[in-house]
Amino acid sequence: MKQRAAVLGTGQTHHAAKRTDVSMAGLLREAIDRAMTDARVGWDDIDAVVIGKAPDLFEGVMMPELYLADALGATGKPLLRVHTAGSVGGSTSIVAASLVQSGEHRRVLTVAYEKQSESNAMWALSIPIPFNMPVGAGAGGYFAPHVRSYIRRSGAPEAVGAMVAAKDRRNGSLNPYAHLQQADLTVEQVQASQMLWDPIRYDETCPSSDGACAMVIGDEASGDAAADGVAWIHATSMRTEPTTFAGRDQVNPQAGRDAATQLWHDAGITDPLSEVDAAEIYVPFSWFEPMWLENLGFMPEGEGWKLTESGETALDGQLPVNPSGGVLCTNPIGASGMLRMSEAAKQVMGKAGDYQVDGARKAVGHAYGGGSQYFALWLVGAEKPE
Amino acid sequence: MSYSETGSRGGATRPAVVGFAQSDCVRRTQGTTNGVEMLVPTLAEAFEQTGLSKSDIGFWCSGSSDYLAGRAFSFISAVDAIGAFPPINESHVEMDAAWALYEAWVKIRTGEVDTALVYGFGKSSAGTLRRVLSLQTDPYTVAPLWPDSISIAALQARLGLESGRWSEKDMAEVAARSLADARDNPQAQRSGEASVADLLDAPLTADPLRAHDIAPITDGASVVILAAADRARDIVSRPALITGIEHRVDSPVLGARDLTRSPSTEMAGASLDVGDVDVAELHAPFTHQELILRDALGLGDGVRISPSGGVLAGNPMFSAGLARIGEAARRVMAGDADRALAHATSGPALQQNLVAVMEAQS
Amino acid sequence: MTTEAPPLSEPLEIHFDYTRSLGPVLGRFMTGLAQRRIEGVTGSDGRVHVPPVEYDPVTAAPLSEFVEVDQEGTVLTWSWCAEPVAGQPIQRPFAWALIRLDGADTALLHAVDVEAPDAIHTGMRVRVRWTDEPVGHIRDIAYFVPADAPDDQPPPPTSPAPPAAERADGTSVDTMITPIKLGYDHTVSPEESRYLRALGEGKLIGQRCPKCEKVYLPPRGACPTDGVPTTTEVELPDTGIVTTFCIVNVPFLGQQITPPYVVAYILLDGADIAFLHLVRGCEADEVRMGMRVRAQWRPREEWETSMRNIAHFEPSGEADAPYESYAHHL
Repeated sequence: MKQRAAVLGTGQTHHAAKRTDVSMAGLLREAIDRAMTDARVGWDDIDAVVIGKAPDLFEGVMMPELYLADALGATGKPLLRVHTAGSVGGSTSIVAASLVQSGEHRRVLTVAYEKQSESNAMWALSIPIPFNMPVGAGAGGYFAPHVRSYIRRSGAPEAVGAMVAAKDRRNGSLNPYAHLQQADLTVEQVQASQMLWDPIRYDETCPSSDGACAMVIGDEASGDAAADGVAWIHATSMRTEPTTFAGRDQVNPQAGRDAATQLWHDAGITDPLSEVDAAEIYVPFSWFEPMWLENLGFMPEGEGWKLTESGETALDGQLPVNPSGGVLCTNPIGASGMLRMSEAAKQVMGKAGDYQVDGARKAVGHAYGGGSQYFALWLVGAEKPE
Repeated sequence: MSYSETGSRGGATRPAVVGFAQSDCVRRTQGTTNGVEMLVPTLAEAFEQTGLSKSDIGFWCSGSSDYLAGRAFSFISAVDAIGAFPPINESHVEMDAAWALYEAWVKIRTGEVDTALVYGFGKSSAGTLRRVLSLQTDPYTVAPLWPDSISIAALQARLGLESGRWSEKDMAEVAARSLADARDNPQAQRSGEASVADLLDAPLTADPLRAHDIAPITDGASVVILAAADRARDIVSRPALITGIEHRVDSPVLGARDLTRSPSTEMAGASLDVGDVDVAELHAPFTHQELILRDALGLGDGVRISPSGGVLAGNPMFSAGLARIGEAARRVMAGDADRALAHATSGPALQQNLVAVMEAQS
Repeated sequence: MTTEAPPLSEPLEIHFDYTRSLGPVLGRFMTGLAQRRIEGVTGSDGRVHVPPVEYDPVTAAPLSEFVEVDQEGTVLTWSWCAEPVAGQPIQRPFAWALIRLDGADTALLHAVDVEAPDAIHTGMRVRVRWTDEPVGHIRDIAYFVPADAPDDQPPPPTSPAPPAAERADGTSVDTMITPIKLGYDHTVSPEESRYLRALGEGKLIGQRCPKCEKVYLPPRGACPTDGVPTTTEVELPDTGIVTTFCIVNVPFLGQQITPPYVVAYILLDGADIAFLHLVRGCEADEVRMGMRVRAQWRPREEWETSMRNIAHFEPSGEADAPYESYAHHL
């Protein structure tokens, strides 16, 4: 029988294009030290460590949990390393939660990172494979055709993507940790920025960041004992589907829909749009906001863009989406999923500072990876689940 | 979703192994590095053994390594072997699939699912394995020297030889026994009859190691199916109930710990009841490492060690640890053992270790 | 029909010069090496760690108390490397050793230049032989030699020196560069081999799944929805439609074509999945979803076993396919 678990504390690094001031271990410890301070725990309180990151090739270290064992305080403890492509930060959070929910451990430290400036993310994502024709143009080139499909299917006005970008970058300026902070970015400026992979423009594209995120997840007793509130984990879900198959919906993947359906069911939510107070969802290219609003069931298929266009996904809207600035502001690939999970937790803990959504009691964290094929979701709340 | 108030774990959710299948251990598969060719028939065999199909599986978890394949995201293509549509509840560790089994074991114990399928695969022959593994070391002060995995193990072996913890003869006995046992394992890559004297006559290939002290390079895949105890009884007559799994990691600093012992294995074993096991399948890619593990786990002379031949008979990277769990479970399921132990290792010189104990479900 | 030939394979090399920022502890250590000095750091239990560790193995605390140590020490254990691999410090047979330098409590892993296994033993005294131009890298220590070896002993063959990270004169080392080059055999599946060999003859052969009967080109490792090999061959024409596309406007590392260019999903007539390819022969802004295209093959003498034999697709001039006919492929 599943036991209750809660996020006791979170921490992250100051994300930047290149964190040249630290080693990989130093980057991680910046996030970990903040999370443990936020959770008010010491090393003796941690029973196990779960670390996640994207491909080893980004940093050129094979199975880095081995080299990092001392830095993670994991020596002498159980240590796991999760890798589910871009959703890894999300799935790592869920694996850590399950260690507590199963009754195996009382408190688990979880961390996700990427120090991708050590190589070059585009290179790592586009290494030519023998016998293959090299048409890949990185992640942007992969997703741009599917964005075009969404625009065609939904009839969305062209400006919607730019609206998301301007909103997220302005939100990021309220987040002291965000990589990109553009308080004054306008929709017009976004629309005037260079087209990279038509229809995706420069200002609609996530940066490449070095960064880490960490959380301490604890059991019910730890959650009850916490002085200033925790984020109770109400539900988690994960789904995978193959990259390519006949009849695959690349715009509104079944795996995402199924993951969301399970999440809402397990969390007892019947009307996500009215019952969820904030959503941290994985938007690396602006158009993914309306696409995921539909995939997650916040809006009917074909209508996600209407919520964005109406301004209701802004900080003061009905469903603030990515109040932290999201992936459009900060994208250390391995960490981005955990940033979504932890930012959702911060909202219901009341710890989101200048981008706090007033009265947020329930928030969703979402991550996706691969060719939109891996999905990891969680719902957290200020109160215990039933 | 309803939650437990008392925090007690019902026995009904305790996972048991109900199926195990593996591909033949071969020096070089003609298949691809994403493992699909090795996995498709192995999955089919596991389903046939158990009478289950993919729609019966509540959670999937795999272990593999991008660096073995030379491809980022290499595990994604492996998903094609499953037929993952409708979408599946699935995860992956970049570790030996024994740790994927651990993740699946935990998942069943949350009560969220009652069956799980775990798979591991690796095509070690694609690259130069001993060179690739040097990238597991400290990226600043060690890896730039490219210390290959065999040389590191050999350093460890000499420490034990010169301090009297083990002898060349002890090491050769491990090899002789493993190769002899492997003759009964139709999937073994290496097997044979050799006397300890003959083995010790062979030349040193990585002083102080000889060829027989070192596991071969092997391509392979394996699959284990888990089910919660009450479901397991419906699937096979004698499931191997997992009574516990523990794993720990040691410091990576090779020059700062006593390499002739395995504290992480000692700790993992101490948290389990490893006494009275009939069989112990140990993941020891070097003969001296089996001696370290037997000592760390306190396994006496009455325990049958690695009757499959162990990984000296075939060492499919990222699948070998899972296969130890499968082999141990198989003995229990077949009635050849009542209690069995399986061990898996990761990293240079036995840095990280996992121990699982299983017994016949009554 | 099945081919008897083994699956196609080719070498795959991955190579990158990783730039690693060091942080304060390792930065100080590497700065010392650049000055031909070796420093260790003191741990929580009083042990002096050489090489330094950033975080204590016992307490996980950050460490910062530095101690200079000697450049001579003792071999604690060694092993013989009879066939060195690329990148290792010495490129002829040599000994690896764990060496405890005088003043240190932990041992450093490095290479010792001796001619044969009988020239090294546990307890032997060894000293550092520095590289000619240290830059702030563990390989500034080129290797170790027996303490009594003559200074003018000819050097062994070594791997090329690592690139030096840029830094201004007089500043400390804060970055190191590690080239990582790995070679692999890349083999394709039997199904993919058949498809590639057919391309080598100018044919487009798709594969039908025996269960769902969908036609895949290129083939996947197994039918992605059924998990079984797709073994029935279906020859397809080199015509089809663009389902969706993007216009690539940006240069990037690893790119092999000059922007702007159209990358499109091409759905061949008779296939059930689309694949990425280039569309040329018209302005980029003339490309449309649903546009009918035909392959433009390279000259026959340039053909290999690859989709590259088709240089690009170009508009065929026929009417666009109706949206409903391909909407389920998006």
